Amino acid sequence: MTIYFWDKRRIPLAWLLLTRQPLRLFVALAGICFAGILMFMQLGFRDGLFDASVTVHKLFDADVVLISPRSMSSISMSGFPRRRLIQAMAHPDVVGITPVNWNFLLWRNPKNLSTRSILALGFEPNDLLLKDPQFTSKANTLTIKGRVLFDELSRDEFGPVPAWFRDGRVVETEVAGKRVRVSGLVSLGPSFGADGNILTSRETFLELLPGTPPGSIEIGLVRLRSDANKDNIVKALNLSLPTDVRVLTKKEFIEFEKNYWRSSTSIGFIFSLGAAMGFVVGCVIVYQILYSDVSDHLPEYATLMAMGYRLKTLLGVVAREGILLAIMGYLPAYGSAQLLYALVRNSTKLPVEMDLQRAILVFILILFMCMGSALVAMRRLADADPAEIF
Amino acid sequence: MLKKSTVKISGLSHWYGKGSMKRQVLKSISMDIAPGEVVLLTGPSGCGKTTLLTLIGALRKVQLGELSVFGHELRGSSQKTRQLLRRRIGMIFQGHNLLRCLSAEQNVQMGSDLLKGLSYRDRRTQACEWLNAVGLEDQKRKLPHDLSGGQKQRVAIARALAARPKLLLADEPTSALDSVTGREIVDLLKKLALEQSCSVLMVTHDPRILDVADRLLKMEDGQLLPSIG
Ligand SMILES: Nc1ncnc2c1ncn2[C@@H]1O[C@H](COP(=O)(O)OP(=O)(O)O)[C@@H](O)[C@H]1O
Ligand SMILES: [Mg+2]
Repeated sequence: MTIYFWDKRRIPLAWLLLTRQPLRLFVALAGICFAGILMFMQLGFRDGLFDASVTVHKLFDADVVLISPRSMSSISMSGFPRRRLIQAMAHPDVVGITPVNWNFLLWRNPKNLSTRSILALGFEPNDLLLKDPQFTSKANTLTIKGRVLFDELSRDEFGPVPAWFRDGRVVETEVAGKRVRVSGLVSLGPSFGADGNILTSRETFLELLPGTPPGSIEIGLVRLRSDANKDNIVKALNLSLPTDVRVLTKKEFIEFEKNYWRSSTSIGFIFSLGAAMGFVVGCVIVYQILYSDVSDHLPEYATLMAMGYRLKTLLGVVAREGILLAIMGYLPAYGSAQLLYALVRNSTKLPVEMDLQRAILVFILILFMCMGSALVAMRRLADADPAEIF
Repeated sequence: MLKKSTVKISGLSHWYGKGSMKRQVLKSISMDIAPGEVVLLTGPSGCGKTTLLTLIGALRKVQLGELSVFGHELRGSSQKTRQLLRRRIGMIFQGHNLLRCLSAEQNVQMGSDLLKGLSYRDRRTQACEWLNAVGLEDQKRKLPHDLSGGQKQRVAIARALAARPKLLLADEPTSALDSVTGREIVDLLKKLALEQSCSVLMVTHDPRILDVADRLLKMEDGQLLPSIG
């Protein structure tokens, strides 16, 4: 069957039309590539920002999370009574709890002494907080008052803390105007709301932020027996606990945060609009190129019709030009996007990554762009009159 | 007279324009072309020669009169019929009308690609053979841009014949060439066409090539003058 089709093939007219006009091809590919990169970047930023909003959330060692119903997002967490978490412990399937304080504090860059807001988490050093198994030993260093663990992925504006620490230097600085010493490094990553993170004991936390009511926490982590049904327990806890607390599965907790950035900010809209602009610009460029290509070759198309080629065959040539442009323009766009993503990851530490879904989406958009333009350019072919070429 | 005429025309008239601008350019033309016959058509510019050629070549709709090619009546024929008929008619234009982005060989293959039931390799081989036949075996890979006027017209002849037509229409094929080259082209055209037993209808102004014709037709103001040949 394939041999049969291979034997029936004709001169690859679409390919030759494109490749024998290198300048025009270059302009077309540059245009498509530009549009593709724009779409990749805008959509990548959008998804990256949403993902980045939950970098810390994802790392918590928890199955169920308690928050205050007044909490809107990680940047505006309200407190709730710590007692609720202990009440939750009464449920037979609950095997562990961790009360966590969560707030933004001013960190002084130990090198240039400028201050910047950093996310501070306070917890009992003996409690489980992160999934990372190596974390426990680091957490133990926090039992001494005034010690913090610094997130080595924090933005550079917080100072060269990881480098100094690894060099064996004693890194001391101020948080909220009080002296602290870095007793270890952890790897969390900045999120959209927080440029950096520190972890500390609740004792130190309350010292740094004396206004915090002692019985109040922002997040309660709950661990369940491995065979427990999360959804049922969340339902049961929501019913049994007073309304001053909200019980979520970890997944819901992550969605709760993403949802805030998605719905309460224009991020999604702005970046989708950016991607749409890339699409429109691409459409205009491809249309211009294909239209002028068809116009330039109109006498040749008319000649082919005079020779007995069907109009359908010629329309197919234009369609094939569209498909070829889409493929040839997509590949460099994909490659460039990979590079730019790596660049963005390094300079902003945002988790901007290529995922299959987006790769396919952008290809489909580019294909639409090229085929749509080809379709409009085809109308010009109706002007090819074989009677006019003698 | 067992052989059917390749082209049969009677009472063919044609008008251009509409309303008050309507002007008759062909006035009740009648003529026949027999298989394998080489017919030359001359006449002053604007007398309707090209119009007649485009009608025979199934490129225009017939308005009035009868015109049949290979026994197919063209008046009231469908788009599809005309397209299929065009595959069996070779055309050579005043300008060579080659595809700029294709090499000489590929241009000729655009002709042989119209043949059904041949493999790509066969069609390609045939294209090469046609280029050899017109003496361009060394120029296969050149683009039209790099060929001289005469060479381009040779490629055009090869392309027209590659589709194995039984009727060849040529509109002033030598007008863009110098007289020596023009003569060569016309001789070549006649030789190759006759080898294929293909009828030829050629429009020309060039008095030096009139002797290749089996029959000479003269046209004036949309009418055929009584034949002399
Ligand atoms: N598409 C057209 N529309 C209107 N008038 C035309 C068209 N083509 C040719 N004519 C006119 O018809 C006449 C015959 O043209 P044509 O057949 O090209 O003559 P020839 O080929 O003998 O020079 C000319 O007067 C020309 O101006
Ligand atoms: Mg003419």
